[in-house]
Amino acid sequence: MAFVLTEEQTLLRDSARSFLSEKAPVAQLRQLRDRRDPDGFSRALWKSFAEMGFTGMLVPEAHDGLGLGHTEVGLVMQEIGRNLTASPFLASSVVAVTAIGHGADQAQQAKLLPRLARGERIATLAVDEQSKHHPELIESRAKRVGAGWELTGQKTFVIDGHVADFLIVVARGDGAGLAMFVVRRDAPGVEVERVQMVDAHNAARVRFDNVKLGADAHLAGATDASAALQAALDAGRAAASAEMLGLADEVFTRTVAYMKERKQFDRRIGEFQGLQHRAAMLYCDIELARAAVAHASSRLDAGADDAWTAVAIAKARAGASVTRAVQEGVQMHGGMGMTDELDMGLFMKRARVLQELFGDSAFHANRLAVSKSY
Amino acid sequence: MTTATDLESSRKETRAWLETNCPPEMRRPILTEDEHCWGGRNWTFASDAQRLWFDRMAARGWTVPAWPREYGGGGLSADEAGVLAHEMRALGCRIPLSSFGIWMLGPALLKFGTEAQKREHLPKIARGEIRWCQGYSEPNAGSDLASLQTRAEDCGDHYIVNGQKIWTSYADKADWIFCLVRSESEAKKHTGISFVLFDMASPGVTTRPIMLISGKSPFCETFFDNVRVEKRNLVGTPGGGWEVAKYLLTHEREMISAIGDRAQPKPLGQQAAALLGIDEHGRLNDPLLRAQIAEFEVDEAAFRLMLERFGELAKARQANPAYSSALKYCGAELNKRRHELLIAAGGADALEWESERSEHGFAARTWLRTKGNSIEGGTSEVQLNVIARRILDLPGA
Repeated sequence: MAFVLTEEQTLLRDSARSFLSEKAPVAQLRQLRDRRDPDGFSRALWKSFAEMGFTGMLVPEAHDGLGLGHTEVGLVMQEIGRNLTASPFLASSVVAVTAIGHGADQAQQAKLLPRLARGERIATLAVDEQSKHHPELIESRAKRVGAGWELTGQKTFVIDGHVADFLIVVARGDGAGLAMFVVRRDAPGVEVERVQMVDAHNAARVRFDNVKLGADAHLAGATDASAALQAALDAGRAAASAEMLGLADEVFTRTVAYMKERKQFDRRIGEFQGLQHRAAMLYCDIELARAAVAHASSRLDAGADDAWTAVAIAKARAGASVTRAVQEGVQMHGGMGMTDELDMGLFMKRARVLQELFGDSAFHANRLAVSKSY
Repeated sequence: MTTATDLESSRKETRAWLETNCPPEMRRPILTEDEHCWGGRNWTFASDAQRLWFDRMAARGWTVPAWPREYGGGGLSADEAGVLAHEMRALGCRIPLSSFGIWMLGPALLKFGTEAQKREHLPKIARGEIRWCQGYSEPNAGSDLASLQTRAEDCGDHYIVNGQKIWTSYADKADWIFCLVRSESEAKKHTGISFVLFDMASPGVTTRPIMLISGKSPFCETFFDNVRVEKRNLVGTPGGGWEVAKYLLTHEREMISAIGDRAQPKPLGQQAAALLGIDEHGRLNDPLLRAQIAEFEVDEAAFRLMLERFGELAKARQANPAYSSALKYCGAELNKRRHELLIAAGGADALEWESERSEHGFAARTWLRTKGNSIEGGTSEVQLNVIARRILDLPGA
């Protein structure tokens, strides 16, 4: 029963819902943006995330985590989407943890995972090198120097890169495939430029100029890190899809409520069939995304070989649904929808960044088509 | 109570029986209208295999596995019927009998019929002896069904029915009709309607097939000129037909949206690649069409998951009944989109109306037929109205 939540999952969703709507509502993001907060997220909130166990959700119990799955992550991500919560949860607790879990050897996992699980460290994956997501086009290079490595290259769209304690950098190693390296943000030769994005979240540009790394910086779980990278990206894509779903739900709820209240021509605008039908079509679009998002996390949790297709379907469909939701949200709120005072614009901006993150709808539809030989 | 062990042994027996008794020809998906077994007074089986399969299933009451035995059913519990359906799907067995009697009238009779009506009609449906058609829509009562005008005049022990129906599927081949008529002329729109049954061979009944844009169709116009209907053939109360009809429409809606259970069509991308070829990078030879097909396949996959999700939620009693309107809307629009893309991939070749090359315009006729998906069983616009009213609770909807 992948589509019906268990009792534990329902409890988790409810507690995440009340916690985030109380401690991290949209107003918090607005404050962080307006006061140009140096971190771009609330450290106090992050501490609460750790106390609630969120930061260790995907970390096995042996490494101080909760050993939960992507379904549970998805439930938290939906609430993050509803509230536009700024948090390194996606970058660190989902993507970086999965990269280490799949890419690191036992000793590295034992060293890195417990501190991520407890929220004492923040990590992020540095993969993209171009404006569009092309994880197969990696030019950053690490060459062996003595017992260690020397890393050179540049990365972009590194989410929460300016606050990460360490980066997991995807680069060409000395083999044919890919390699991943753990690099401290403050290591000599690492230059991090904080970039505030349109959605008031942060994504750094990072340059690596002959950065000297020890032998143990290389994640040594496998000779080729491609599979671990794929796992980390898919975890991130599924989580981003869930965030888009929660965001679409919130925008839709607010828009339908506005249709019931706003009067024009002496009628509530929700009485106009032109708007009713658009709202009903949007409802259907969001329901398509809801089914696809739940399916993706359940396939990941099952460890299915074809989980990536379920993830691609979810990322493509949730991206399309949330795009429609925010566009209709702004349009149906009329002039108010265009103001910074109303939250609609903030939702639209976040939706756009999430679409782009780890491949947009077209990227994933194309991947699926290629896999089906057309 | 059926225990898990009982169910497991029932699963084994069922599978063994199906493997022995279902002819190989009946384990291929039904792809065209002609491959259905409809039954009825004038039915001729398309093949020996079809006859054999039907006879064997009917003998066990498995044309209607969950109906009670005394009405010709298999008397299976919901769990056991689920096992049978699952095993039939697993082996690819066709349904032995396609029937509006099974899908629509039967459930209504089981709920609203008198004991005498159940005993008279249900066994004949189960054995495929009587083929039924549905008399709902009229020329001026389509989406607004309750405005129907066919009149039934009360003549003591019988009614005299006059009027016209339209879009009556297979009326020219059906033996009996279940029909909505206006019996209480003074009553309000929804309360003056009765649900009656009568023989299509009755004096005064005529049918005329309707030619559709696809060049053929199962639909007819049906005319009633002083048709005598005995009062014992009234289902439910006089003037209470709307309730019966509504109950039955939800069955129809689920049937139309339940494409998940039907034979899966070949993936669209694969079909287009066979028609148009692929380039040196393995991509479809038409980049814009390729992009549209890729988007379509994402939506189609999501829709299958939406159906699956609805099934699970319904089992867990967490589903909103109005959700079937969202499924109907999405299913109809997707199927239309599929055939727009397919006919585009077929190019001019697919537009040959009568040639052998085009199998007599098979793709074109199918494409045209799908345009009705968003009209029959409640238009897409009506489904959107239902969502606006019953799910979104929008004012005045």
